[in-house]
Amino acid sequence: MKHYSPLQMIRNSTFPISGVSLLKWGGMLVLLLFPILAWAQDAATQAMSVEYRDIPGIGSRNIIWIVAQQHLLLAGFVLGVPIFAWICEIVGWKTNEPRYDKLAKEFTKLLTSAYATTALFGGILLFLLIGLYPKLMAYLTDIFFPSFIAYCILFILETATLYMYWYGWDAMQGRKKALHIFLGLLLNLFALGIMIVPNAWATFQASPVVIADGTAIERAWSAMQNPTWWPVNIHRLIANVVLGGFICGAYAGVRYLLAVTKEEKEHYDWMGYVGNFIGVFGMLPLPFAGYWLMREIYQYNQQMGITLMGGFLAWLFILQAMLIGVLFLGANYYFWLGIAHRIPGSEGQYKKPIMAMLIVLLACLAVWMTPHSLVASLAEAQKMGGTHHPLLGVFGVMSAKMTVSNLMVLVTFMSFIMYWRAGKVETAGWAKAAKGLMGVLLVIASVAVIGLGIWGYFVPAIIRINYFSVAQVLIVLFIMITFTPLTALLMKSAKTTTEMVWGQMPVRAGYSLVLNAVMVILLMSLMGYARSSSRVHWHIYGVMRDTSEYAYSPALGYAAAFMSLNTFVFCLLAAFIFWVATLGDKAKSQPPKDEPVKVPPMGSSTPAMAGGAPTSEETRK
Amino acid sequence: MKSPLISAAILLGGVFAFLKFILPLFTAPLPASLIYLYLAIVLSGIMIFGTMSAGGLEAFMGPIYRFISGEIDGPTKMARILVLIVFPLLVGWQTYTKLAPSELPPAENRTIHPAPPGEFVGLANPYPTNESTIQEGKGIYAANCSPCHGPNFDGKGSAALGFNPPPANFADPGTIAQLQESYLFWRIKKGGVGLPIEGMPWKSAMPRWEHELTDEKIWKVIIGEYDGAGQSPRTWEEED
Repeated sequence: MKHYSPLQMIRNSTFPISGVSLLKWGGMLVLLLFPILAWAQDAATQAMSVEYRDIPGIGSRNIIWIVAQQHLLLAGFVLGVPIFAWICEIVGWKTNEPRYDKLAKEFTKLLTSAYATTALFGGILLFLLIGLYPKLMAYLTDIFFPSFIAYCILFILETATLYMYWYGWDAMQGRKKALHIFLGLLLNLFALGIMIVPNAWATFQASPVVIADGTAIERAWSAMQNPTWWPVNIHRLIANVVLGGFICGAYAGVRYLLAVTKEEKEHYDWMGYVGNFIGVFGMLPLPFAGYWLMREIYQYNQQMGITLMGGFLAWLFILQAMLIGVLFLGANYYFWLGIAHRIPGSEGQYKKPIMAMLIVLLACLAVWMTPHSLVASLAEAQKMGGTHHPLLGVFGVMSAKMTVSNLMVLVTFMSFIMYWRAGKVETAGWAKAAKGLMGVLLVIASVAVIGLGIWGYFVPAIIRINYFSVAQVLIVLFIMITFTPLTALLMKSAKTTTEMVWGQMPVRAGYSLVLNAVMVILLMSLMGYARSSSRVHWHIYGVMRDTSEYAYSPALGYAAAFMSLNTFVFCLLAAFIFWVATLGDKAKSQPPKDEPVKVPPMGSSTPAMAGGAPTSEETRK
Repeated sequence: MKSPLISAAILLGGVFAFLKFILPLFTAPLPASLIYLYLAIVLSGIMIFGTMSAGGLEAFMGPIYRFISGEIDGPTKMARILVLIVFPLLVGWQTYTKLAPSELPPAENRTIHPAPPGEFVGLANPYPTNESTIQEGKGIYAANCSPCHGPNFDGKGSAALGFNPPPANFADPGTIAQLQESYLFWRIKKGGVGLPIEGMPWKSAMPRWEHELTDEKIWKVIIGEYDGAGQSPRTWEEED
C-alpha cells in the first residue's frame, strides 16, 4: 500500500478534497504543528530568559567597554565643538572679523565629519547592549521608554539642524547671518538635550531612583532625576568643551607641523592658540564640577564614595592627578612658548614670572600626586611607622588636594593674563593703580586659599566641604571675574610695542598641543572607568546585580591597559576622520595638471583655510 | 657662564640629597617611590624651562645632541663610547633587580579604607553625644582599645610596637575624621577578618569585637573616640 504524507495527499490531484476532509486534514495539520508551536514557544521563552550573551575571545564586557568609550569620546567632541564654534561665529559676526567666521566654519567641518561616526558607534553600542545584556536592557527600556522617544526626536532635530547649519553657512551670510546664528543656538540646545537624556540612563545605573507607581512618563522622569544626573550633566558639558578645544588644538598642531606655506603656518598657529585657549578656559572650572560630582556620589552612598576615593579605585585618582598635572603644564607651556616666540623680545622680560609660575605649578602637582597611603617596601613602612608618612601624609587628604587644584587654576589663569599683556604697554592713567590692585588681590587670594586649606584640617568634614572648599572656589572665580574685565579695559588703551607674529612657533608647540589632547582623552577614559566601576558588581546599584561571569572588577593594571588602548583607538579614529574631512582641501589646493600654476600677486593672498565647503566669495564666482 | 645642563644636574642632585638625606634628619625617611616621583616632577620642570626659547633649547639640548651624535673630539669622544656601553648595562641591571625573585615582600600599595558592606551603610549612631555617653565610651575605650590605639588616641599604645602596620592614629585628621560613624561601627564590630575580599590582601590585626562588645557599647566607644581624639565624624548634616 502506498503511503502519502498529508502534504502529498493534498497536492495529489486524485485525492478528493471536500469541506469535511479539509477540516479533518486541517485539524490533523494543526495537531502536527502543535509540537512545532510548542517548540517555538519554548524557544521564545528561552530567548526571553537569556540574561547574557558573550563574544568568545574578547568577552562581552570588554567589547562594550571599547565601543562605549569610543562613542562617548566621539560624542564629547561632537557636543563640545558646536558650543565654541557658535561662540566664534558670534565673535566674527559682532567684530566683523572674517577670520573668526572662517575658524568657526573649520571647527564645524570637523564636527560634521565626526557626527556620522558618533552615530555609527552609538548604533553599534545599542545593538551590542541589546544582544549581550538583554535582561538589563529590558529593565532599562521598561523604565526609560518615554525618554527613548524623546531622544529619537532630539536626534532627528539635531541632525536636521546640523545639516542646515553646515550646508547653509555660505548661503546665510550678510543679512541672513542672524538666522544662521539662531540655527547655531538651536544646534547647541538640541545637543544639550542629546547629552542629558542618555546621561540619565547612565547615572540611573549608579544612583537609581525607582518608583513602582505612576504612568510611564512619571516613572521615567523620576528615574531621570536621580542624585547624580545634574552633577554629571554639568561635568560632561564642561569636559566636552575641554575635549573639543584640545582636539581642535591638536588638529591645528598637526596641520601646523605639516604646513608648507607662510599663510598655512600663520593660520594653524592661530587656530592652535584658539583651541588651547578654549581647552584651558573649559579646564578652569572643571575641577570644581568634578568635586561637586564626587560630593554627590559620596552623599548618595558612602560605600560608593569610599570605593572611589579611599578604596580600591583610589589609585586612579593619583593617576588623574598626574594627567591633570601634565595637562596644566602642557597648556601653560604652550602659553609661555607663545610669549617667547610670537612676541619677539618678551622672553627676557617674562622669564622670572614664568619660572615662579612653573615652580608653583610643580609644587602643587607634587602635593596633588602624593598619595595618602604611600607605596613602600616593608622596611620603608617600618621606618615610617606605617604607610602614612608622619609629615607628608597630610598632603594625602582632600583639604590639600582642593587647595593645590585651586592654586593651579589660579596660576594658569595668570599665565593667560600675562600672555594677554605681553608686548603691550598700558597708557591709561589709572593703569599703575589697577596693576597694584590686581597684585594685592592676587596675594590675598593665594593666602586665603592656602589658609582655608590648612584650616580645613581642624574643622569637621562637613564644614570643610560645605564652606571652605566652596569659599576657595569662589575666591578663584572672583579673581577671574575681576581680572578679566580689568585687563580688557587696560588693554583697550594700551600701546602695542611688539606686534604678535603668527607662524613662528617651534615644532614642540605643535607637539604640546597633541600631548594636551592625548592627556584629555586618557583622562576621560580613566574617569569614565572610575565612575562606571564604582558600581562594582551591580548593573544598577542596589537594584540589579551583575550575575554574569564578568561580575568582578578588573585589576588596575588591566584597566589602565584598556584605557590606553581606548585612547589609542580614538586617536586613530580622529586622525582618520580629520584626514577624510580635509581630502577635499588637498584636492582643491592642487592645480589641474594641464593648467599652469598661477602665482598670486604679492599681498593678494588670503590666509589658507582648510574649509571643506567653498567660501562665499568662491561660491559667487 | 654656567651651563644649563650643569645647573640642571646640580638641582636634581640637590633635590635628591634633600629628600634622601636631609629631610630624614627631621622626620621619617621617604619611601623610594615618593623620592622618584618628586625627582620626575623636578626633571619635567627643568625640561620645560630649559626648552622655552630657541636659545635655551640649544644651550640645554645642544650638548646632549652633539654628545650622542658624536660631533665631538678629544676625551669626550671616549666618554660617549663609555656612556653608550654603560647606559644599556645600567638599564639591564635595573630591569634584572626589579624582576629577579627575592625573599622580600613586594612594595605595598595597601588600600586603607575599603568600602563597607551594604548593611552597614547609612547607619546612624542611635546614642546622643553628651557627657554621659562620652565618659562611658572613653571607659570602654580605656579597657579595650587603648592598649593598641593609645591612651591619647594617637596609635601609640603599649602594644602598638608589636604591630605592622601600627594601629590607627585617631588624632591624625586623615583617619577617623574622614569617615562616618557607621564605618567605624563596621570596622570595630567585624574587625580585620570582616574586611571585604576586594583589594586583598588585608593587613589588619583589629579584633572582631562583636563577640566582646554589644552594639550599644560599640556606638558609645565611637563617641568616646571622636571626643578623645578631638575629631568629628564625617556627616552630611551640620550640627545645630
